Amino acid sequence: MANIISDEMIEYVGILAKLELSDEEKEQAKQDMGNMLDYIDMLNGLDTEGVEPMSHVFPVHNVFREDVVENADERDKILANAPAAKEGAFKVPKTVE
Amino acid sequence: MDLMSLTALELGRKIKEGETTAVEAVEAAFAQIGKVDQTLNCYVTTDKDAALKDAEKIQKKIEAGELTGPLAGVPVAIKDNLCTEGMNTTCSSRILHNFKPTYTAEAVLNLKKAGAVILGKTNMDEFAMGSTTETSFYGPTKNPWNTEHVPGGSSGGSCAAVAAEECSYALGSDTGGSIRQPSSFCGVTGMKPTYGTVSRYGLIAYGSSLDQIGPVAKDVSDCAAILEAIASYDPKDSTSIRRKSYDFTSALTEDVKGLRIGIPRDYFGEGLNPEVKEHILEAAKTLEEKGAVLEEFDLSLVEYAIPAYYIIASAEASSNLARFDGVKYGYRAEQYEGLHNMYKKSRSEGFGPEVKRRIMLGSFVLSSGYYDAYYIKALKAKALIKQAFDRAFSKYDLILAPAAPTTAPRCGESLSDPIQMYLGDIYTVSVNLAGLPGMTVPCGRDKKGLPIGMQLISDCFQEHKIIRAAYTFEKTRTYERCPLVQTPDQKGAIKE
Repeated sequence: MANIISDEMIEYVGILAKLELSDEEKEQAKQDMGNMLDYIDMLNGLDTEGVEPMSHVFPVHNVFREDVVENADERDKILANAPAAKEGAFKVPKTVE
Repeated sequence: MDLMSLTALELGRKIKEGETTAVEAVEAAFAQIGKVDQTLNCYVTTDKDAALKDAEKIQKKIEAGELTGPLAGVPVAIKDNLCTEGMNTTCSSRILHNFKPTYTAEAVLNLKKAGAVILGKTNMDEFAMGSTTETSFYGPTKNPWNTEHVPGGSSGGSCAAVAAEECSYALGSDTGGSIRQPSSFCGVTGMKPTYGTVSRYGLIAYGSSLDQIGPVAKDVSDCAAILEAIASYDPKDSTSIRRKSYDFTSALTEDVKGLRIGIPRDYFGEGLNPEVKEHILEAAKTLEEKGAVLEEFDLSLVEYAIPAYYIIASAEASSNLARFDGVKYGYRAEQYEGLHNMYKKSRSEGFGPEVKRRIMLGSFVLSSGYYDAYYIKALKAKALIKQAFDRAFSKYDLILAPAAPTTAPRCGESLSDPIQMYLGDIYTVSVNLAGLPGMTVPCGRDKKGLPIGMQLISDCFQEHKIIRAAYTFEKTRTYERCPLVQTPDQKGAIKE
């Protein structure tokens, strides 16, 4: 395997991805990501000198609209999906001591 | 009269002419669901009471002459990544196990306006990440042609439900082949329209620059009619495109005279199953006999499509799936210490392995130090792939290719080797990278009896050419129903 994923790297990616992996999952992730990177490194064989990166296939531009409220007040309907709600707001664990 | 064996348009016609009703159609669909879905697991959620109520209302409107469209009263199944107000929308994930959207996806709203009756939500690979419908938190879907095989994915529930006649037609979504590949494996017709044709508003995003909603049905006429119903310009989707025409059904003509069809040599080389190859080339010959002009050519860059696709799709997924954090909806871990730990635990317990794999890869390729080497490189590869298609379409009206290199693999064989599974997408992903429309049409079966699908690809906005050729080809064949629905004794047909 050409790409060796270090423990530090998996920790770092875990932080970026907001995932908490078990030791077993970490080992598997190191293996999987290494294999995948070995595979996608194939792209290095493609000469992209002077090529503009293309994020969108059509020449679309920012789409603007007037800043007016179009949807109805759906607070209660939306909060009905929340794992925890209190006084018309999402309830989360205490963040400031 | 076996209502579920009819195409959507045939059923719509019978309802219109008073030979049957929308309510009877819903009853027939649920009778079939009751018979086979325990074996196949096409649906994550069904709601018979709601469907019957809707059907009654729609039937009245049809009788009053308020609903006159060709799909009025016809029952549909919706992939479970399309939001349906008040009805569970899970993306086949634990993290959305109890999510009831407060609004309905634009494409589904468009169908409702056309008089569609929603039966329920179909199973899929979790967050549409997979090619087998085995990564669903709610168990795998089985292929109705042979239940020891997968239906393909990620719209496996939609395609299997159409083949097993558990709905008259279905909606799917296609990010890297998720409509076209399972359509091929299940012997049904499925289409991915030009990017921007169908609004993505209310489609739970996977790879936003690639995702597109499309129809799955028994034949080309149904697909054209469904596409006509769901396509619209929608200001709520900033990538929605205002097309010159939303007429797709007038392309249903039996005429391919002079149509130039390119056969990419690089799609017929190593890795393509010989039986699949034989049937696809036979289908090409049929179109040639009907007057199309065939020519082989080199598309080039084919091997770069999969790595570019997985970088772009994973990068977008890592960003899109950041919203699932146990705060606003869905699953929240029971035990945690503080806010940040709650996010992490909810996500780690809520997402399955394939989703985590792609979120991690996506986070990596977007991280500082690797962004240029991977993400920007992939976007450059995408630009070159688009150019390769532009060159092809300067010479040809259509590209004809397999939809997948094999027929449906056996259950359990794909997930052990992710890269091998990703390689199965080789003929479909570049179409998404280039924003093109593509359609799968059944064209035969292998020695095991599993369906094979031909893929037709056109330049952007040229769906009418695909529909014309697909329709002409289809007229040379008869629709093959899967053994599961042919045999009156269901047990005899199902291999456990």
